[in-house]
Amino acid sequence: MSPKLINSERVAFFGGVYSNYLALEALLVDAGTRGIQRLYCLGDLGAFGPRPDRACDILREAEIPVIQGNYDNSVGNGLADCQCGYTDPRDNYFAKLSYDYTFRQTSRENKTWLRKLPTEARIRIGPYHILLCHGSPRKMNEFLWETTTSDAFLNWLFEKYHADIIVGTHTGLHWHREPSPGKHFINCGAIGRPPNDGQTTVVYTVINAESASSENETASCLKVDFVRLAYDYERLAAEMTSQGLPDEFIETIRTGWWTTCNEILPAKERARGIY
Amino acid sequence: MISDHPLLELDHLDTLWFQIAGTICNLRCNHCFISCSPENHALGLMTFDQFCPYLQEAVQLGVKEFYFTGGEPFANPDLLKILEATLQVGPATVLTNATLFSSQSVKQLASLREDSIYSLELRVSLDGFSPEANDPIRGSGTFRRIMRGIKHLLDGGFLPIITAMRSWPIEQDEDQLTGFKTALAEIGYEYPRIKLLPSLKIGQEALRHHGYSAHDYVTRSMMAGYDRSQLMCSNSRIVSSRGVHVCPILVDQPDSLLGRRLSSAKEEFELRHQACLTCYQYGALCSNASSAAVTFERATAPSSG
Repeated sequence: MSPKLINSERVAFFGGVYSNYLALEALLVDAGTRGIQRLYCLGDLGAFGPRPDRACDILREAEIPVIQGNYDNSVGNGLADCQCGYTDPRDNYFAKLSYDYTFRQTSRENKTWLRKLPTEARIRIGPYHILLCHGSPRKMNEFLWETTTSDAFLNWLFEKYHADIIVGTHTGLHWHREPSPGKHFINCGAIGRPPNDGQTTVVYTVINAESASSENETASCLKVDFVRLAYDYERLAAEMTSQGLPDEFIETIRTGWWTTCNEILPAKERARGIY
Repeated sequence: MISDHPLLELDHLDTLWFQIAGTICNLRCNHCFISCSPENHALGLMTFDQFCPYLQEAVQLGVKEFYFTGGEPFANPDLLKILEATLQVGPATVLTNATLFSSQSVKQLASLREDSIYSLELRVSLDGFSPEANDPIRGSGTFRRIMRGIKHLLDGGFLPIITAMRSWPIEQDEDQLTGFKTALAEIGYEYPRIKLLPSLKIGQEALRHHGYSAHDYVTRSMMAGYDRSQLMCSNSRIVSSRGVHVCPILVDQPDSLLGRRLSSAKEEFELRHQACLTCYQYGALCSNASSAAVTFERATAPSSG
């Protein structure tokens, strides 16, 4: 007897919006065409791009659950910097330019909303217990890079935080690993800027959880897809220019290569870029 | 009398260091905070067999990444075998003076890098952007030898992190960085990764320049509002041929030895050493991230909004 599908759910995760409201609008359209049942945003709504209120307003209007990122925590609480975790002077210079712009341009009402966002959420999809966070379950601005995060550490996280799947963002680079059977770590990527690979498209994540039964057994299967999302990046670049945002940021939007924030990258991730 | 120094316990063992070359080095730099040299056998080379049980225990404890230091790690004949085993379970960083590299040995390293899903970082210490600046600290002819080693690494597809101890006033950082970038561009390193380190005024460095002054300590009151994760001893340990020590900076201090096994090295440590102050001031001192002074105040918002 062939297995009988008893449950199928398709859910999308995205993060690192970085004020890219045009990519966010494109994502809502794209998700609609893919039969996505639920959408979750994992934070960092501001930074980098123009007019930060627009992304906030779209998310609030669409009633999409949002997890607080370090940027949202900083803007919401009126902190002096973005808590991005950069340590290089040049990276911090650009981070400050971007943060000061975003802070000035965010409305009081959206600041209050950002301040009140939850720092994590637990959801269930099929048989999987999923923990949503921004950086890591233990620290909002922890960088979990693909090539410097051991399986042993991920297994420790799954056990300590009682989760089958942990989804985060923060680094801006998507990745997925299953360090033990049925345990998945997913960095859902960022829709605010491309993942430093020379393409202008950005990334969000769709997971498909299916359960099938045959005879006396139920088997579950998780499929993780990284979706490359096209949007009107030339329009975004033009708006960034009109807002006086740095040429270095605009170059990244137009070329797909990171011009800033490179010093925090581990060796393998750094070697994939051109700077 | 009750000590005024804070006690810090291990939150989680994120980073495990190995003093893989002990205090044995082919160079004798006069800024070395543990006074390594060809003759300093205070801590010996670690063999593959000594190393393996710690690696296995580290995996069980959920260690995130591994660092190797000395002395000069490439003076240890077991190093490649040790790195191969490490890169099967996690990322590895090696702190080296790059003077022992050949194109053949770099090829072997590149092969280890390609066979792993994890990063293999090479961190090369270079303490000036010219022989005139570097050699008085590192030894005659070392600038040329280190640059040749860096070139071998670049040819092998590595992007080494160049580390330099700040032997100049901090106001000169920008000019110094420009000097390093120019010198490195000449050997083909166009966008170099550079980490500046503060001076640790112990070991040879205390003799070269000067030691700490009498009041340079971390006190309990200084921990209020401080991000303790900036301190290595909250998330790291280092293994030497003697056992498990609290951190790489204090590895040759007798009271840094905490036990024989990683699981017994969780006990809290009193920040009683003067070098703890430098770690406190600069944060994440020994990690690969470039160092910046720790920001204490986050209370002031940018203007308007």
